[in-house]
Amino acid sequence: MSKNKGRALSRRELLVGAGAASAAAMTIPTGWAIAKAAPLKVGLMLPYSGTYAKLGENITSAVELLIAEKGGKLGGRAVEIVKLDDESKPDKAQENAQRLTKRDNVDVLIGTVHSGVQMGIHKVVRETGTLTIIPNAGANAVTRALCAKNVFRTSFSNWQPAHGMGLALGKRGVKKAAWITWDYAAGAEAGVGFKEGLEKHGGQVVKNLTLKFPETNFQPLLAQIADLGVEYVGSFFAGGGAVQFVKEYKAAGIKVPLCGSGFLTEGVLAAQGAAAEGIETALHYGDGIDNPKNIAFRKAFKDKFAREADVYAVQGYDAAQLLAIGLEAVKGEIDNEANLYKAMRAAKIDSPRGAVSMSPSQEVVHNIYLRRAEKGQNKVIGIAAENLADPGTGCKLG
Amino acid sequence: MHFAGFVAQLLNGFQYGLLLFLIASGLTLIFGVLGVINLAHGSLFMIGAYAAFVVVKATGSLWLGLPVAMLGGLLLGAVLERVLFRYFYAREHLDQVLLTFALILIFEEARALFIGNDFHAVPVPAILDFSIPITAGFSYSAYRFLVIAVCLALAGGLFWWIERTRMGAIVRAAAEKPEIVNILGIDAARVHLAVFAVGTALATVAGALAAPLTSVYPNMGDGLLIISFVVVVIGGLGSVTGAFWSALLIGLIDTLGKAYGPSFQGTALGNAVAALAAMAVYVLMVAVLLWRPTGLFGQRP
Repeated sequence: MSKNKGRALSRRELLVGAGAASAAAMTIPTGWAIAKAAPLKVGLMLPYSGTYAKLGENITSAVELLIAEKGGKLGGRAVEIVKLDDESKPDKAQENAQRLTKRDNVDVLIGTVHSGVQMGIHKVVRETGTLTIIPNAGANAVTRALCAKNVFRTSFSNWQPAHGMGLALGKRGVKKAAWITWDYAAGAEAGVGFKEGLEKHGGQVVKNLTLKFPETNFQPLLAQIADLGVEYVGSFFAGGGAVQFVKEYKAAGIKVPLCGSGFLTEGVLAAQGAAAEGIETALHYGDGIDNPKNIAFRKAFKDKFAREADVYAVQGYDAAQLLAIGLEAVKGEIDNEANLYKAMRAAKIDSPRGAVSMSPSQEVVHNIYLRRAEKGQNKVIGIAAENLADPGTGCKLG
Repeated sequence: MHFAGFVAQLLNGFQYGLLLFLIASGLTLIFGVLGVINLAHGSLFMIGAYAAFVVVKATGSLWLGLPVAMLGGLLLGAVLERVLFRYFYAREHLDQVLLTFALILIFEEARALFIGNDFHAVPVPAILDFSIPITAGFSYSAYRFLVIAVCLALAGGLFWWIERTRMGAIVRAAAEKPEIVNILGIDAARVHLAVFAVGTALATVAGALAAPLTSVYPNMGDGLLIISFVVVVIGGLGSVTGAFWSALLIGLIDTLGKAYGPSFQGTALGNAVAALAAMAVYVLMVAVLLWRPTGLFGQRP
């Protein structure tokens, strides 16, 4: 419904723009003039319902915040936003991506949260060549074997945060650790990151414990940990599953400390309560990053939307920042692909998380912070991996 | 294999099996006495869990949530029986499947509409928020012991009702020889109502008990419905005793399979063993069906 309205509106605006241009110049407008006058269409394909709705909302708000900060224009062109609820449903992903790219003719697609949906988007935009910026979904393949010149990611690869955690443990001299997660792609990709990080310093993962997604019968796994003789247990869980897991780990009285990819305690600390106290995690964001950009961003976000920004808002904000850098380089001419992509690949983004850049496979390069859960906050206590780039294995770009 | 860890796994399996029994006993009773295959039984479990979540959120007390789930289950079961199921006893199984499948969709949509699709944790009552050490490095939360105790008490009550009361005798008779009950001029409608209400309440109480252990989330009953059908088939259709032993057996086999199966991985034979362990309960079901097609405690034809 809203999309139809959006389309009609833009057509009218386009005509008005064309008419105004011709009236002003008293000449017949060229195609270039029309394109220049038309607003830039940014498609947001994100979850606005279901489990991930909050993530979609925060990403959207942050994108809107940056566009507002730039006076409503990117690279000198007005911006029109088209929103589409992807419902985090992978089976509808291709159809939805096609609707945005082919029917609504968006110039840029920003999306999405769910990795399965991302793979659907990826298939479509590799064909259409639509500029795509990923503000969350971590599936490694998108910036590895399946990388594409029109696809960038400002969030993370599943490999990165867990790799930071593995490195931090390795540096500490940890020799034996176990890894526990759901038996699905994100958990396995994070597990490889953790293992490779630990191995860099001579440690090893002696046991992988998995259960079916999204089951929460952790007991048969937890009861094995004491007998493994490991120094740490690394983990990847998120959302409600993470709440349950952290509580049960505590209740099981296991003496081996728990750590993990930052999503274990991200946005769920309040629900985990005392059970999470002291758990170390690694992520590209955290509480207590006191650079001026972060302070300004958090304040602006709170003033505008009356709620706190989080890591998802940061990822969305940086997706919009990256787009702004590219469009400014080509003065809004999004069809000037060669220069647009060149500028985006070379972008130095002043992110609330610190300075970030793009790797040759167009994956974000950023610090992975070591955090400790303290009184409801993921306190940054150090840097687990400085300027960590995804290996981008199998990507032929650059 | 460490012996202490093994004891902890036995306990896990025992507790899981008891919870399965609560769900499967209702399923087998409803099938045995009423002849209805209730696919919505997993949704009833989900409703019980969400009821506990809502009550705990509003009042902070699971001690209120459990009776609410039980009484609510009895009431819901009675209403469903009166309004819907009563008209489906004589219909074909396919009609019943359609009805109960529709109920799954309705219950899930209602859940999405009123509570949403989020995953919610349900806190353990404060008084039970401690753990009892089982081995040097593994403790068992006190709440899990409560679950075991409540399950055992409910199982005891159920057996007493079926074995020792007049209505229980009729229920048993109805499950074995329905035509006799009719010939004797017993008010079958009353028995049907009671059986359906009790079966429903067992599922909702199981859901409420499980809520703090598993959290509540959409479609949470689906996996349990399938495993409960396995329990019913292995135990013998309509046999509550059969459901009890088969639930314990499956709880143990499933837990031990998950815990120790993956450790065989490595060699070709080991991988095969691990794969079999992951689906051990289904292997068991096939074996039982081949050996005793009517289940362990089922009536011989």
